[in-house]
Amino acid sequence: MWLRLVRPAASLLLAMTVLLGLVYPLVITVVAGVAFPEQAAGSLIHRHGRLVGSELVGQSFSQRGYFWGRPSATTPQPYNAGASNGSNLGPLNPELLDRVKANAQALRDADPDNRQPIPVELVTASASGLDPDISPAAARYQAGRVARARGLAAARVEALIASHERGRTLGFIGERRINVLELNLALDELR
Amino acid sequence: MIPDAFFELLLLAFLGLVLLCVRPLGGYIADVMEGRPNLARRVGGPVEQVVYRLCRVDAREEMGWQSYALAVLLFNVLGAVVVYALLRLQQYLPLNPQRFAAVSPDSSFNTAVSFVTNTDWQGYSGESTMGYLVQMAGFTVQNFLSAATGLVVAIALIRGLARHTATTIGNFWVDITRSTLYVLLPLAAVLALVLASQGVIQNLAGYRDATTLDAVTFQNPQTDAAGRALQDAAGNPLTATASTQTQILPMGPVASQEAIKELGTNGGGFFNANSAHPFENPTPLTNFLELLAIFVIPCALTYTFGRMVGDPRQGWAILAAMLILFTTLAMVGYSSEQAGNPLIARQGIDQAASIAQPGGNMEGKETRFGIAASALFAAVTTATSCGAVNSMHDSLTPLGGLVPLLLMQLGELAPGGVGTGLYTVLMFAVLGVFIAGLMIGRTPEYVGKKIEALEMKLVSVFILTTPFVVLIGTAVAVSTAAGKAGVANPGPHGFSEILYAFSSAANNNGSAFGGISANTVFYNVATGLAMFIARFWPIVATLAIAGSLAAKKRIPVTDGTMPTHGPLFVVLLIGSILLIGVLTYLPALALGPVIEHFMLAAAR
Repeated sequence: MWLRLVRPAASLLLAMTVLLGLVYPLVITVVAGVAFPEQAAGSLIHRHGRLVGSELVGQSFSQRGYFWGRPSATTPQPYNAGASNGSNLGPLNPELLDRVKANAQALRDADPDNRQPIPVELVTASASGLDPDISPAAARYQAGRVARARGLAAARVEALIASHERGRTLGFIGERRINVLELNLALDELR
Repeated sequence: MIPDAFFELLLLAFLGLVLLCVRPLGGYIADVMEGRPNLARRVGGPVEQVVYRLCRVDAREEMGWQSYALAVLLFNVLGAVVVYALLRLQQYLPLNPQRFAAVSPDSSFNTAVSFVTNTDWQGYSGESTMGYLVQMAGFTVQNFLSAATGLVVAIALIRGLARHTATTIGNFWVDITRSTLYVLLPLAAVLALVLASQGVIQNLAGYRDATTLDAVTFQNPQTDAAGRALQDAAGNPLTATASTQTQILPMGPVASQEAIKELGTNGGGFFNANSAHPFENPTPLTNFLELLAIFVIPCALTYTFGRMVGDPRQGWAILAAMLILFTTLAMVGYSSEQAGNPLIARQGIDQAASIAQPGGNMEGKETRFGIAASALFAAVTTATSCGAVNSMHDSLTPLGGLVPLLLMQLGELAPGGVGTGLYTVLMFAVLGVFIAGLMIGRTPEYVGKKIEALEMKLVSVFILTTPFVVLIGTAVAVSTAAGKAGVANPGPHGFSEILYAFSSAANNNGSAFGGISANTVFYNVATGLAMFIARFWPIVATLAIAGSLAAKKRIPVTDGTMPTHGPLFVVLLIGSILLIGVLTYLPALALGPVIEHFMLAAAR
């Protein structure tokens, strides 16, 4: 019985590997490349002919004149898109609490007069380590610092935040959010 | 309570859309698998015939359960050998622009078993290990075929219930071909293109280097000439301060794999961060579509079952039990995550949900998904055998982590994986009518078939195999140095990581408390064996039951027949599932998430 089954098993596996492993992904690649070339290539952003990143992938910001994104647990550097990862720290792990304290301290040191409570995403690591977004609350928390560092009017920075906000899909799916890289690119182009 | 309303709306919209698809899709699957002519078969017919001719398959020839089971095993073992070979020979193969090296033997074994068993547990990091040919010809192919395997085993069991005095339960080659060509492939192609339109990448280009706006300064680990990490006298890694303004952007044929990863309840990510990665799941809309894709086939199969046994009410009753279990646990998970972490709140951090932020426990979650879409995903992925994640389960709150753990341990039947969910829940249905039969002193029967000693023995084998593998595996891991070495978090959470790993492997889920270092010889071998045994042993038992039931006469419905389509049966089914699941796992759960929950409550 075994031997009678070997031939169909092997040939069906081969046929399916060609169909599902080569024809299907290659057809999708060609169709997606023609129909949605920007998206299929990674929603890349170019400035002055140079690739500066992807709209979908967050970057690390530490200057006071930029909005900062979520903490990133990738190694060795944060926002390493070659090695996506979360922290995987459990809720009671002392390492998690130490890191939260350090992140909170860095935010307060950069903006000592800001007494507002810190929005939680600014001190918690994202799942991918590449989260491109922050919430409107997290952007507004940083608005004063960014405005001062750039010598801009606070109202102008607030307006920029508001114009970059994306709403929930159909009003209830997902979260309101702001893409940090796009916001910072817009800041650089203000001057 | 604005945020809770968003979760409830999301859950309602999700369940509503799934329910809308159940009848049309379930009826379509029944048509295709019963070989009735329809539009799809007219279009795909020539391809189907070519496949049969190439493989010298006679589509009219049916198999008894032994041949069917042998064909399942042979086809899957051969599939695993191909994936293993692709991984071991990767450096010689084309479509590997990053020139990734061959994968180690133990990781290749684990990965091959993992994809063939529909588990897609991943001990490796996709973007730094796997070339495009491995992802396409190895993983994408098995994403289809492992789902098709689950589906055809469920169909074979349904045939066993629907036929009478029959010696055969179908032709495995025909079933695999039809379920792939007419069910999985068209759905995957449509979903892949929709995902690509939303930003899921799909190309064969090499990784790109972007010049970032701001420079990042970091501690770079130092290595010697041979690439080994250097350590100082105290054993700490030696690092040097480095700075870079370059970001590597990974590329690849992601959308085509992402679609079948969800539709086939596979769950293996193209990237390490899985569906949390912006290139796999860029927007709330893609997330919603991925959720629907995971649930739709397992739910629709309950209707396929009802129709094929000639009484759709039988299918609706099963679906009702599945969704009651799912919805209850999903809501527990959400409320625990939205409540947040009291230890973080104490640092002057704002965790309150508001119109301007999601709040809650955001460690290991993405801003675009917030708490609601992350908690729903965690429940959906473990109520099925999917195991894709859009948040890091290791960082869930204790009760938020208990929910996915328990959903897996109940046997992944609410609604479970493609096919696996249906045949698993049918085992519990048989157990339920058996218990009821004992109570009222009648011979148990289910959809017109008498349940006798042989079936009950096989059902017991089926139901006990997975808990046995989970608990023995966990016990071995916590009693050996190699097992304990993988743990990342201290205290009961470390135990939860091990328990989760074996629950996930043996239930063919594939999600993880990801802090655990699973890419070691111990875990690669242990979880590899767990995945294999707990996948194929129950499949053989299921097919044996199918063969035994098919041979029986159909007994007519009388006044004495216990109805298996009403609320009483739904309660009986849920009761049987909870009886086995909770009794089996409560002691283990008490040592992990339950203790942790009280520790966190005490810290409040």
